[in-house]
Amino acid sequence: MNKILLIIQREFMSRVKKKSFLLATILVPLIFPAIIGGMVYLAIQNEKNKESEVVQVLDESGFIDLKDSERYTYKTVEGSLEEAKEGFSKSEDFALIYIPDIDIDKPEGILFYAKTSPGINLVSGFESRVEAQIRDIKLTRSGLTEEQLDQLKTNVNIDSFNITETGDEKKSDAGFTFGIGYVMGFMIYIFLFVYGGQVMQGVIEEKNSKIVEVIVSTVKPFHLMIGKVIGVASVGIFQFLIWIVLMSVISFVGMAAFGLSMDPMETTQMMQQAGNEAASAQANEKVQEIMTIIQDIPVMKIVLLFVFFFLGGYLLYGALFAAVGSAVDTQADAQQFMMPIMMPIIVALMGLFMFVFEDPNGSVSFWLSVIPFTSPIVMMGRIGFGVPAWEIALSMVLLVGGFLFTLWLAGRIYRIGILMHGTKVNYKVLAKWFMQKN
Amino acid sequence: MSLLKVENISKTYSEHQALANVSMDIPKQSIFGLLGPNGAGKTTLIRIINQIIEADQGAILFDGIPLNLEHIRNIGYLPEERGLYKKMKVGEQLVYLGQLRGLSLRESTKRGKAWCQKLSILDWWNKKVEDLSKGMAQKIQFIATVMHEPKLIILDEPFSGFDPVNANLIKDEILELREKGSTIIFSTHRMESVEQLCDHVAMINKSEKILDGSKPEIKEQFRDGTYFVEFKEGEIKSGDGFELLDTEDIGRGLKRSLVQFKADGNPNELLKGLISQAEIHSFVERIPSMNDIFISLVKENPDLVEA
Repeated sequence: MNKILLIIQREFMSRVKKKSFLLATILVPLIFPAIIGGMVYLAIQNEKNKESEVVQVLDESGFIDLKDSERYTYKTVEGSLEEAKEGFSKSEDFALIYIPDIDIDKPEGILFYAKTSPGINLVSGFESRVEAQIRDIKLTRSGLTEEQLDQLKTNVNIDSFNITETGDEKKSDAGFTFGIGYVMGFMIYIFLFVYGGQVMQGVIEEKNSKIVEVIVSTVKPFHLMIGKVIGVASVGIFQFLIWIVLMSVISFVGMAAFGLSMDPMETTQMMQQAGNEAASAQANEKVQEIMTIIQDIPVMKIVLLFVFFFLGGYLLYGALFAAVGSAVDTQADAQQFMMPIMMPIIVALMGLFMFVFEDPNGSVSFWLSVIPFTSPIVMMGRIGFGVPAWEIALSMVLLVGGFLFTLWLAGRIYRIGILMHGTKVNYKVLAKWFMQKN
Repeated sequence: MSLLKVENISKTYSEHQALANVSMDIPKQSIFGLLGPNGAGKTTLIRIINQIIEADQGAILFDGIPLNLEHIRNIGYLPEERGLYKKMKVGEQLVYLGQLRGLSLRESTKRGKAWCQKLSILDWWNKKVEDLSKGMAQKIQFIATVMHEPKLIILDEPFSGFDPVNANLIKDEILELREKGSTIIFSTHRMESVEQLCDHVAMINKSEKILDGSKPEIKEQFRDGTYFVEFKEGEIKSGDGFELLDTEDIGRGLKRSLVQFKADGNPNELLKGLISQAEIHSFVERIPSMNDIFISLVKENPDLVEA
């Protein structure tokens, strides 16, 4: 036990003392927010600077009247389709819609021209606009007055709520929970590769430096492996803590610089005052809503679960990375064994985008979030959407079982592998090592 | 009194047998040469003694007690394939390795420094290993092997990589360690260092022990009744009960012949026969060197040097 501690200590110190550690630890909290901030800034600027696009409309039916929106201004053109097309291609305009003299019950032959190939959303957006127009026309024909028509039109904003098990209603915000899931899942994905890779590299270095035979004459190979895996994990957690502290300090300083307080209550009050003064009650309401949503996020719970799933996933994959490192002589040789390890990690990340964000409580999402090989990434992706406690518990138990299994499996390969030099290793050889008695 | 008793050790890897029923006694405070061609099973035996791998059969007694993890404290091991953590400082490294062998932090630091002083590399205490020359790294490895004052020191090719001056330095340290009470298992292919250092020798070939005993015993065993004769005036020819193997001119009018006689015969009889042939100036038995013994064993088993 003492010796495992010694190994952990060495692994920890030798990594923390490296210049690259210092660099990564300081730069990440500076660069990451800077990049995100920069992107947000650019997006806003882009949005601001964007002039509305001009869409030419050649309407032969005479009853379609598209209203200008924030993004599009409509300009009616005259003449034949050929003339219009020619005119459009010479112009700077965004698109040309051709509406032939259509039968209102069978609107066919509407054409859309653009200089770049339009996205599906764009075309369906125009479709729904034309549809709405036709619907209005049909309604008018059926005898409704303009006033009645206006009354029919309602602008709907759906507010969604989460009902918790205790029956509390919480306002949910799909964008927000999506963001949390995205960031958490992606962070675990990156951490698995970064720290798993470090374990593997460490094992290969140790093996190549030939010191390993001296070390295993003093400790069991399994203890050496455990020590290394935990040592790297402690570096990861240490780094993560520094990041949290640094980012909090930076955002605090940043907030202060912009004259905002970190305390949400105070902020809300300030907002209210500002709101009253500026009489922009609606905007104020929205801000308040977001503030309550932020306050309602169980930060503590999410952070603890994140640490648990990160550690669990890391132990599970770290052991496998260590086994691969022990089996090969160079980093290049490791490639052939990386595929089966990377596969489930990538499946998890793809599952996150393809299933979890689409349907966070669907059966695929459920299975991906309880199977230990994918659960660290997928469960963290789901967590913002609200996951029943029993599913979290099941996932956690299975993850513990999972990493105990991979540690055992990896240990059996590791103990033989680290003493083997210059052997051509394939899966058959690994299986033989696994079966071999000590 | 033996420090280490190896009893009927066998070890089989999936395809081949590495050790078959090997037994040997390693006497206390001796230097025990473990010889054998590459792939004979020496490393397997050494790893079993270090508890890196387990024997399939047999037992090992350390000071009369079955070998267990407590004994790690009492063993020092310098493997043939050896290295150090390149990015670590010399001092940190020695302290760490000492601690792994069971020394406290303070004790490990103290002894590491004392040894560095002794081998005059204390200036390098705070340098990284990757900046050291190979010979210096070898010294560090040697210190790491012996700094915890183990009862049993296992050295696998300890002199490879050393220049003659440093090899001598290490040789003296090894002899001093024996004087202080350590027992040393010494595995090497260099017969001249076996000749110089070893008290006892065992040889393993193809997983079996083929030779074991104290150096004088073995030499006695391999005496083959050959004698060097230096003479003047006359000619030595094969005669009654002896055979001339070789003659060479060694200057000053002297010649030297190598004569084969019966191994158990009385040399006086041979001498009588020789005196009648020439004027004898010197007459001495050729004691086989360890190298001769090794080679004659190889010749008896031509497939012995396959690796």
